[in-house]
Amino acid sequence: MDWQALALTLRLAALVSAALLCLGLPIAYWITYSRRRWKFLVEAVVALPLVLPPTVLGFYLLIALGPRSPLGRFWQTLTGHTLAFTFEGLVLGSILYSLPFAVQPFAAAFAAVDPRLLAASATLGASRWRTFFRIILPLSGAGVLTGIVLSFAHTLGEFGVVLMVGGNIPGVTRTVSIDIFDKVQAVDYAAANRTAAVLLVVSFLALSGVYAANRGALFFGMNQSRARRENGGAPRA
Amino acid sequence: MPRVLDVSIQKKFSSQSSQSKTGELNAAFQAPAGFTIIFGASGAGKTTLLNCIAGLVRPESGRIATADRVLVDTDRHIDAPVADRRIGYVFQDLALFPHMTTEQNIAYGLAKLDRREQESRAQAILESLKIAQLRHRKPNQLSGGERQRVALARALVTDPCVLLLDEPLAALDYATKANILDDLRRWNATHRVPILYVTHSRDEVFALGERVLVLERGQIIARGAPHEVLAAPHMETVAQLAGFENIFDATVEAVHEDRGTMTCRVGNSGVRLETPLVRADVGAKLRIGIRSGDILLATAEPREISARNLIPGVVISAERRDMIVVARVKCGVSSGSEAAGLEVDVHLTLSARDALRLVEGRAVWLVVKTHSCHLMAG
Repeated sequence: MDWQALALTLRLAALVSAALLCLGLPIAYWITYSRRRWKFLVEAVVALPLVLPPTVLGFYLLIALGPRSPLGRFWQTLTGHTLAFTFEGLVLGSILYSLPFAVQPFAAAFAAVDPRLLAASATLGASRWRTFFRIILPLSGAGVLTGIVLSFAHTLGEFGVVLMVGGNIPGVTRTVSIDIFDKVQAVDYAAANRTAAVLLVVSFLALSGVYAANRGALFFGMNQSRARRENGGAPRA
Repeated sequence: MPRVLDVSIQKKFSSQSSQSKTGELNAAFQAPAGFTIIFGASGAGKTTLLNCIAGLVRPESGRIATADRVLVDTDRHIDAPVADRRIGYVFQDLALFPHMTTEQNIAYGLAKLDRREQESRAQAILESLKIAQLRHRKPNQLSGGERQRVALARALVTDPCVLLLDEPLAALDYATKANILDDLRRWNATHRVPILYVTHSRDEVFALGERVLVLERGQIIARGAPHEVLAAPHMETVAQLAGFENIFDATVEAVHEDRGTMTCRVGNSGVRLETPLVRADVGAKLRIGIRSGDILLATAEPREISARNLIPGVVISAERRDMIVVARVKCGVSSGSEAAGLEVDVHLTLSARDALRLVEGRAVWLVVKTHSCHLMAG
């Protein structure tokens, strides 16, 4: 078991899910409530990592992070080295790669909030900001948790982008999945199995947590669909 | 300055129940402090009107103003944000926040006040609406009437300068409804702001009404005090006429204000009908609609009966149509008179026909209640 790789992977996944929480909430809000005609383009871009081979994403990222791109040069003047084959580069790549895993559950949860509640909030003098934090976010709890856990789990298991952008530098960019690949290459199946089993168990636990939360068992004690069922629907003429 | 809501707007809308039913709202009115009832069938544009005033929907053109500010003026590109309008809105489906307790729901609109002020205001409204004991419950732990009160409290506590109520009592039983109406009247007596109250219940109109606006297909077709408007002949419209098998031209002969009825002569037959009182003068031309199923037939002159219209006639045909019999009765032709006579269709069951042996030529009495005579503008 390569503990260094495991610690690095967990650190990476935690950073990425935190970043996606900050980044994904506004993007999901915009996708849910914007009425722009070109909204579909943004939705398509966000969903792209779902269908793109990780190597394609990794390849373009490598170019973008390299010293010949404006971003790469900017980072180089700032820090003295390029983003490629660094931990920061890995974080950036993983954020892009896991974006849909955060944004889509967030957006689905926002869209499920009854628009009448938002109207009621506005007539009660609440700003959009207040409506978001007091109404939309609390009622989207399960969806937000799902997004965070999915992006965490997805980052844990990522391989292609990591290899392209980060390479395989122990303690810097060598993650668990790369470690497993190395062990298999070296025909050390027992070691590969130990690491793979850890990853399997962690992923399973994370997903179980998500599904439990979505059934309202863990989170809030009441998610929205259950609240609606118990209300028997609002009284209507 | 008197607190008046001034509305004059146009807005295309589609009905909530079916997207294909669209109409254009075209409403201009002034609502002074107190209750103004917006009365109309579903799809008439009532909710669209409230949504425009609240700012949830933007009218295509027009102006909405309260006593001290202009909320919407499309000519001057004014469109005040919803959150700044200070308009209390109780939605048809209430829209209580499901994750908040009664107390949190009520305090939600008081965010700009300091905590002590919030608490004392919430406390006052909880007590005046008799829901203090529900303060820690969430909406899914409340009954229909309780939820209604919480929604009302949430809107009232913000001290709105206009109050909009969209069929707030539609789903409640009579006793609960009467109670909440009392509370609303009490609040109105102390606050004196314009209250627009949407309903399609006549009971609520009479219970609350100072003024009524009747909305039909987006147009205001009548306005005035409840007894004037709801009794007015144009309450029945061409669309509603479709259900009446018998429609006659008539002339008002006498008006009995004290009894709430009128006497009308039907066409130029000798037949006279007692009808409900409407706003019409003697000599006015009206139309009377009577459903065939609302008419009784008797083979002897009925005595000691509450129905006021007893008209003798003769059966001229009795046709079976599926499971009912349509009897055509000619009346108003007494011997020696010049009158043209009147033919009335009556629906009977097969067993009624057999029991009364209704065949051509049989002399009968038509029995019609006063309130079975529906009046329409002539």
